[in-house]
Amino acid sequence: MTEALHVVPAAGDACDAPLLRPGNGNCGGCGMSMAFRLFGRAAGGRPLQLVIPASCAAVAVGPFPTTSVAAPTILSTFGAAAAVATGLARVARQCGDGARVVVWAGDGATYDIGLASLSAAAERGEDVLYVCYDNEIYGNTGGQRSSATPAGASTTTTPGGKTGEKKDILAIVGAHRIPYAASVSIAHPEDAERKMRRALDATGFRFLHVLAPCPTGWKSEPAHGIELVRLAVRSGLFPVVELVEGQRLVVNVEPDFSREALERYVALQGRFARAGVTAARLAPTIARSWRELRARSGRPVAVEG
Amino acid sequence: MALELLSANHAAALAAALAGRANRAGRGFCSGVYPITPSTECMELLCAQEFEKGEVVRVESEHSAMAVCIGAAAAGARTFTTSSSNGLALMTENVVAAALLRLPVVMVAANRTLGPPWNIWADHGDTLLLRDTGWIQFYCADNQEVLDTVLCAYRLAEDRRVLLPVLVAQEGFVLSHTMTQTDVPSQEQVDRFLPPLDLPGRLAGTPRVMGAVDPPRVAEAHRAQHHAAMGRVFDVYREVQDAFERETGRRPAGPVVPYRADDADALLVSMGTIGATAERVVDAARARGERLGAVRVRTFRPFPAAQLAAAFHGVRRIAVIDRDLSLGFGGVLWGEARGCADPGAVVQGYVLGVGGGDVRPEHLAAVAADLGARAAAGAPELVEATP
Repeated sequence: MTEALHVVPAAGDACDAPLLRPGNGNCGGCGMSMAFRLFGRAAGGRPLQLVIPASCAAVAVGPFPTTSVAAPTILSTFGAAAAVATGLARVARQCGDGARVVVWAGDGATYDIGLASLSAAAERGEDVLYVCYDNEIYGNTGGQRSSATPAGASTTTTPGGKTGEKKDILAIVGAHRIPYAASVSIAHPEDAERKMRRALDATGFRFLHVLAPCPTGWKSEPAHGIELVRLAVRSGLFPVVELVEGQRLVVNVEPDFSREALERYVALQGRFARAGVTAARLAPTIARSWRELRARSGRPVAVEG
Repeated sequence: MALELLSANHAAALAAALAGRANRAGRGFCSGVYPITPSTECMELLCAQEFEKGEVVRVESEHSAMAVCIGAAAAGARTFTTSSSNGLALMTENVVAAALLRLPVVMVAANRTLGPPWNIWADHGDTLLLRDTGWIQFYCADNQEVLDTVLCAYRLAEDRRVLLPVLVAQEGFVLSHTMTQTDVPSQEQVDRFLPPLDLPGRLAGTPRVMGAVDPPRVAEAHRAQHHAAMGRVFDVYREVQDAFERETGRRPAGPVVPYRADDADALLVSMGTIGATAERVVDAARARGERLGAVRVRTFRPFPAAQLAAAFHGVRRIAVIDRDLSLGFGGVLWGEARGCADPGAVVQGYVLGVGGGDVRPEHLAAVAADLGARAAAGAPELVEATP
């Protein structure tokens, strides 16, 4: 006797179908959905196994017995994705399956509750690609602050605006000297897909950080997601870089540090209004982070435009 | 087979390694481990084992140790972990997940009381905290039983009528660090007893989702399936006992282990090593002409209510001895076992050995004397076992 276990076969067995199927439950304009579709394109026919911790992405998979994800997927507890992926990856390796094990996690699972398991998997050099889609908020629970929330952003738990700065997750993970770490802009799909393919094809622990606008949490128009990321990249707020072996840092998209872009980035979102965040207030933080990036990239360039 | 001088920690590690190697023609073995007193020596010995197709992942927490087992089991490998006390408490979220995902993970717990205040000694409070997580639970009385039960646990867990994780409990230090002569089966014997695992619905190349969102009606159906699988455990376990006996010549004990209980008018009921001590107390009482018997509960989940009711039938006085205390209630075993006695029987709860207090024959003799003097049961008695 074999029971119907908690295993949902996807409609159609082809791995070359879109990774995220239409009709999923994500909000309109969800940045994670866009990143997921880009990732599916980048993956091509590569055999994937996904680990998705508790998150909007987990909900997007859909209720039993349906699924909107065209890859073998296990949903994990919130803080354990990197460790569940470890088990999958070790068995895939010892059995010679060739499956690429991918964690698809939000910022809550990455920056906060799962940071220890992420760090440990990176330190052990697990053959896992960890993708953090960063919407800078606990979106699934209705918009509470995470340690990825930028200073000044209003959330349900920081209604007056968060006081602390956002963690530099790429520096934290990069400090494990993993083979490949990169930040990914969904407004630069060619660069994004190139990095996703490079990360998929590398061995050892790889990390991608994707800025994923959340119209619900950012209080922005669903249609503005890609524009917001473009503005974040242009203004220098979201550096698009890659880091090989934790040492060689390359800036992939040069910002023009446009003050106008920064002003527009702030103005297109409702979350910065309460705390009165302005471009002028953000500029020194951006300048500091770029001084550090330039020093690490070995290409010291003045950042003020 | 070979006789070796082994602690229960080492017996458990050798059993896990034998089971892991027996899956080399399948998807291999993968274990996530993290040290905690008094289970540490089990994971240390496992880390020293060689596997043709197997890995032992040294993770950063018990939470991740179980998560590695979840990932590995989902990929079709045989898995194992071991822990104690606060490690089990931290692990609990993933303990639940392993069960609800119906993954046949096997775990050995070296029982230790929870803290802080810190205390490294045995009681059953840590594994009883996991009572309702959907795992099968065995409590062992000696090292041979630990080794045999771990091997049987794999066969039981992986049976398609069951597909549930199994926890094997052995009391910290009392068994975990006490070396006794233990019969270790050969790899060939274990290979025959544990054929390669073929997990239905494992993650492979076909797009599938394991653990998708369960709306209420689906959750009810999945829990009902899980509960029904628990209900098949005793039948399947009898087959496991038969198969193990055929292979090794040794029959593993059943879910309930009666000792001189048939004609007893009073019983000492317990779990784990207290059950072994109780047998000595029964022998002494019998030598004095008292009709005392003992019953050891070996399988706590599923709860062997029918077997206990049969063992209790006709017995007027029953002492249920717990090495645990559900604060504000009493012993956990007492709470469940008292419903299995005949109407009108005196079922008195006693709590002994919490936090590692040494439970000696004289303590159990005093319990038996107290039971014999009672006209009716009262509130649970908290007995100081430490001299």
